[in-house]
Amino acid sequence: MSAHLPILQVVVPLLAAPFCLFLKRGRVAWGLAVLASWAALAIALALLDQVMREGVLSYAIGDWAPPIGIEYRVDVVNAWVLVIVSGIGAIVSPYAMASIEREVEAGRIPLFYAAYLLCLSGLLGITITGDMFNVFVFLEISSLSAYALIALGQARRALTSAFRYLIMGSVGATFIVIGIGLLYVMTGTLNMADLAQLLPEVWDSRTVKVAYGFLTVGFCLKLALFPLHLWLPNAYTYAPSAVTAFMASTATKVAVYMLLRFFLTIFGAPFSFDVMALDRVLLPLALVAIASMSLVAIFQVNVKRLLAYSSVAQIGYMILGLSFATVTGLTATLLHLFNHALMKGALFMAMGCVMYRIGSVHINAMAGLGRRMPWTMAAFVVGGLSLVGVPLTVGFVSKWYLILGALERGWWPVAILVLLTSLLALVYIWRVVEAAYFRDFPGDEQTREAPWTLLGPTWALVALNLYFGIDAGRTVQIARQAAETLMAGISP
Amino acid sequence: MSFDLLVSHYNYWIVIFLMMVGFYILISRGNLIKKIVGLNVFQTSVFMLYISMGKVSGATPPILVYPYGEGDVLYSNPLPHVLILTAIVVGIATTSVGLALAVRIKEAYGTIEEDEINAIEARTEAAE
Amino acid sequence: MREEVIVRVGAKVLAPFIITFGLYVHFHGDYSPGGGFQAGVILAAAIALLALVYGLDAVQKVVTPRFVRACAALGVIIFAGVGVVTMVLGHNYLGYNALAHDPRHGQHYGILGVELGVLVTVFGVMVTVFYLFAGRRGRTQ
Repeated sequence: MSAHLPILQVVVPLLAAPFCLFLKRGRVAWGLAVLASWAALAIALALLDQVMREGVLSYAIGDWAPPIGIEYRVDVVNAWVLVIVSGIGAIVSPYAMASIEREVEAGRIPLFYAAYLLCLSGLLGITITGDMFNVFVFLEISSLSAYALIALGQARRALTSAFRYLIMGSVGATFIVIGIGLLYVMTGTLNMADLAQLLPEVWDSRTVKVAYGFLTVGFCLKLALFPLHLWLPNAYTYAPSAVTAFMASTATKVAVYMLLRFFLTIFGAPFSFDVMALDRVLLPLALVAIASMSLVAIFQVNVKRLLAYSSVAQIGYMILGLSFATVTGLTATLLHLFNHALMKGALFMAMGCVMYRIGSVHINAMAGLGRRMPWTMAAFVVGGLSLVGVPLTVGFVSKWYLILGALERGWWPVAILVLLTSLLALVYIWRVVEAAYFRDFPGDEQTREAPWTLLGPTWALVALNLYFGIDAGRTVQIARQAAETLMAGISP
Repeated sequence: MSFDLLVSHYNYWIVIFLMMVGFYILISRGNLIKKIVGLNVFQTSVFMLYISMGKVSGATPPILVYPYGEGDVLYSNPLPHVLILTAIVVGIATTSVGLALAVRIKEAYGTIEEDEINAIEARTEAAE
Repeated sequence: MREEVIVRVGAKVLAPFIITFGLYVHFHGDYSPGGGFQAGVILAAAIALLALVYGLDAVQKVVTPRFVRACAALGVIIFAGVGVVTMVLGHNYLGYNALAHDPRHGQHYGILGVELGVLVTVFGVMVTVFYLFAGRRGRTQ
């Protein structure tokens, strides 16, 4: 059974999704979704454990040996990302029940869980596969279900933001297919490991460089790197709360993983950094993203939109780590993948609790909520502190490695900028805290704390924020090992 | 670049032309349906790119010639065809999701012109 | 078009042939061009033709929206189910050789099973999409 874990990782949620459509009652579909997502988490943890002990796992689909057939290939890097994605999937799915019943009409709830599981299996598929074209197929599975999930939002603006995401996402995916096609022309293979062996012979060809360009734009669209982030703020603002929590913590992370996998494993670090100067292209974009998006976030009145802009800035931190082109920098990137998923998940879930009780996430509507919903706002404060990077939270760990990476390269202005932008994060988090704790509550006296079905998963993530902030040894060890694997590439 | 090179790579010129046409429609048109049409043209250019690169000169289409497995038949590369079949399915799915969203946007806003939608959204935002 | 005799009779005569052709494309898809996707679209086209001629309501009495939606889900289950069956039989996921003693037959059954899943899903999705767009009667604000 354990030999089949790589395929089960994708098939379990994929097979559960159509069954959701047969279930008429939303609660039953929810139960199935919870089961499937926790099974996926268990599989991901088992895979990570197996990879740490035994090294790379390879699974040949349909008994066709790679490079002819589709290979699922698990190493430390994607085992790590699998744990992040399925972990968030497992925590958001119990949370979804109450939140979705409030925000989505009853008839559509089984459809919601089907789309949720499809999105989850698509993201897991992108991460686990070792075949380039398979990446595209899973990318579209996850994207199409994401468009549907976002369009389920209550406001009619959910529709237009889903449409914009569809247009930009499809353009990004098509750019990626063009890149994949050009690589296939040059090498005649789609298997990633095989490509890594064959590509150095054709480094000089213009086709490979053009493919690199198309892939760069495609991935940057998908991971919402400034200035290609325009689809993200509205999509996150108007999607149902559970969807925002899930997407913000997984979708862009998987896109970052794709970028790392293609540019470091397939093309190899020497080609990316020495020939194509990827680091010098990404560094200014990352810095502008961090600074400008943190500033924009300060002026938002809708707290979900505020957090969405902050997400774009945080993606800048991940790309900044990559642009150091060192193992320490990559460690920071991979750590921040995990840590940002924890903190943004917690923050958006806290917003979901607010949405559940008062039906709005406008900053004025949250006045005085600190006393009405103490647990929710406490979760928000801890998540916010983590976002700022206060010690004893996970945010501190990733900032620490990011600054270490900058100093290692001797780029102390970058290190100072990271510190300064953390203060910007403090400003926008403070605006919410100020509204919640230092203003009078104007609303209904009946407003109570959110139910425990919402608070439980939220606080589970908050607890993880604190736990991995205090005991970061294990996560840092895995992230460093993954970074070393990426920088080394596939040895012949 | 010689004239022969330009002519012998005619498939790429068609692909680039279609790609730019699709991309231009996508960017310049405000009508949501036209945007989807542009996206389709754009995606179709990629299908052409894949299919034309799978062609082996002097080869038959990759369909088994009877009697199977005998005789000396040169086939074109079938793999790009299979990949593009998948991509076509994806394109159809994207189109139908896009059209469905356009229909619901029409119901919610009463228009599918992007500038009118933006105006309505700006008004509701100001009212909040 | 409900009153046009030629169109009505023509559609009635054509529909079974279109469906038969769709099934032919499916079952012969492993040796010649064709397969589940094309077959599913052809079958859906037959339904669309009947709906255009006889009206959506008449066709939806026979091929109900719930049925086609169930088809869409069922096909995915068939596809993934074939993979699970091969896995239970001790091979890798979608390793068709597990399905018969002779690998050639195994491949044959496997591909037909998987393509059947594709056919059912594509048929279900195509007809659902058609119903959704055809069933809207200018409901604006």
